[in-house]
Amino acid sequence: MENVITLKNLKKSFSGREILKGIDLEIKKNEVISVIGSSGSGKSTMLRCINLLEEVTSGDVLFHDKSVINGDIDINEYRSRIVMVFQQFNLFNNMTVLDNCVRPQTVVLGRSKEEAKENAMKYLRKVGMAEYINARPAQLSGGMKQRVAIARALSMNPEVILFDEPTSALDPEMVGEVLDVMRELAGEGLTMIVVTHEMAFARDVSDRVIFIDEGVICEQGDPKEFFANPKTDRAKAFLSRFLN
Amino acid sequence: MNLFEWIVKLWEENWELFLNGTKNTLIMALVGTIMGFLIGLIIAIIRTIPTSKNTNIIAKVLLKAINFILNAYIEIIRGTPMMVQAVIIYYSLFVPMQLDPMISAIIIISFNTGAYMAEIVRGGIISIDKGQFEGARAIGMDHVQTMFHVVLPQAIRNIMPSIGNEFVVNIKDSSVLNIIAITELMFVAKQAGGTYAKPVPAYIITAVIYFILTFTVTRILRLVEKKLAGSDSYTICGSQSDPNAEIHVKKAKEEFR
Repeated sequence: MENVITLKNLKKSFSGREILKGIDLEIKKNEVISVIGSSGSGKSTMLRCINLLEEVTSGDVLFHDKSVINGDIDINEYRSRIVMVFQQFNLFNNMTVLDNCVRPQTVVLGRSKEEAKENAMKYLRKVGMAEYINARPAQLSGGMKQRVAIARALSMNPEVILFDEPTSALDPEMVGEVLDVMRELAGEGLTMIVVTHEMAFARDVSDRVIFIDEGVICEQGDPKEFFANPKTDRAKAFLSRFLN
Repeated sequence: MNLFEWIVKLWEENWELFLNGTKNTLIMALVGTIMGFLIGLIIAIIRTIPTSKNTNIIAKVLLKAINFILNAYIEIIRGTPMMVQAVIIYYSLFVPMQLDPMISAIIIISFNTGAYMAEIVRGGIISIDKGQFEGARAIGMDHVQTMFHVVLPQAIRNIMPSIGNEFVVNIKDSSVLNIIAITELMFVAKQAGGTYAKPVPAYIITAVIYFILTFTVTRILRLVEKKLAGSDSYTICGSQSDPNAEIHVKKAKEEFR
């Protein structure tokens, strides 16, 4: 099957310090991938390189085999196809919940207001936020904000959603509501790349686990297999630290 | 005659002149502030265009050149008095063009204000959380879309007090433009006071008019600020038992607003 996203020997340095030391990764349609690893291992940087929020130092990012780096595809069009959900939500503070989901569709995709609103309401209902369409982000709890952010991403009808530690900034009692939504999406065949510290989510929901350590993919494979029998010492050490 | 009687006398004899001067002052300050704001917006948008190593070389050089010119403009205008700018620009450029003095004055104020506004808007933009830019860019908005739909609405709200300041400064500082023979308030004050060699009562009238103008303007801007801050209540549409229910939620007023 055709790859949706392909990373080829992706490297990224910040002021001389190499964070990503050559990542090769192929992501297929409908795949749910969890990216795990300790803080500073480069997993968020990899995600931010995929949608070019970080400038890639060397290597290539391919979308349907077209290079995003060399400009084979318009960067803004590409980003609208692989939208991102952030740790800090990044909802637009000057807009209501509904506007947050409608405006990107009208501005970026050129949809009509009516069409965009109908689409937005569909996904706001899905994440259980339809009642709050008039509220502003500042008036919502963290879990609510993240659910709106997911609805905003879904409203673009993207091919892939990148999740950058979507539950790390939430109070413990709100993690569940967001993970429930993500679990539902995974079940519906959405292509997802999830950088997470939620090991249960990685194990039970994803099709493949990527373990990143010191800027390289150290181990990857079937989640059940990975969590039961990690092959590398570094993965063993990481998991044992996590379980204790 | 005492001071008060002089004030009344000068007002009765010159009220039409004073009102005309007020009108001109207000027009210069209002149009100058709005145009200056627009100049500032455009400059700030250009100066915040991000470049990466993939930007083509011609665009990069062009952007560098434009930024250099814009910086020079800002530094020169901010570094010299408006009165000096007015004399130089008016007599060397606008007089030969036979441009109307009032239009000349408005252009001079606009350009002067633009330099200050560019810095004010830039300050507003960099005060906005990086996440707002990233949220917009990650969903596919280009630089101009990000600015107009997400960043500027928030930045402008934050810089409203500074914009108000500029407006008030313009109302008062437009007085220096009587040097190019605009019949604004100060010009009228000099004229009215000169007739009887009584400057103090004429200037008291002028001071009162200036104060009324600036006070009214600051009050109006406060209202605009409140309006831009948005409503602090919202409605929850529908509940589990009644889909048509409306629950109004009012949030406690934020401090400093």
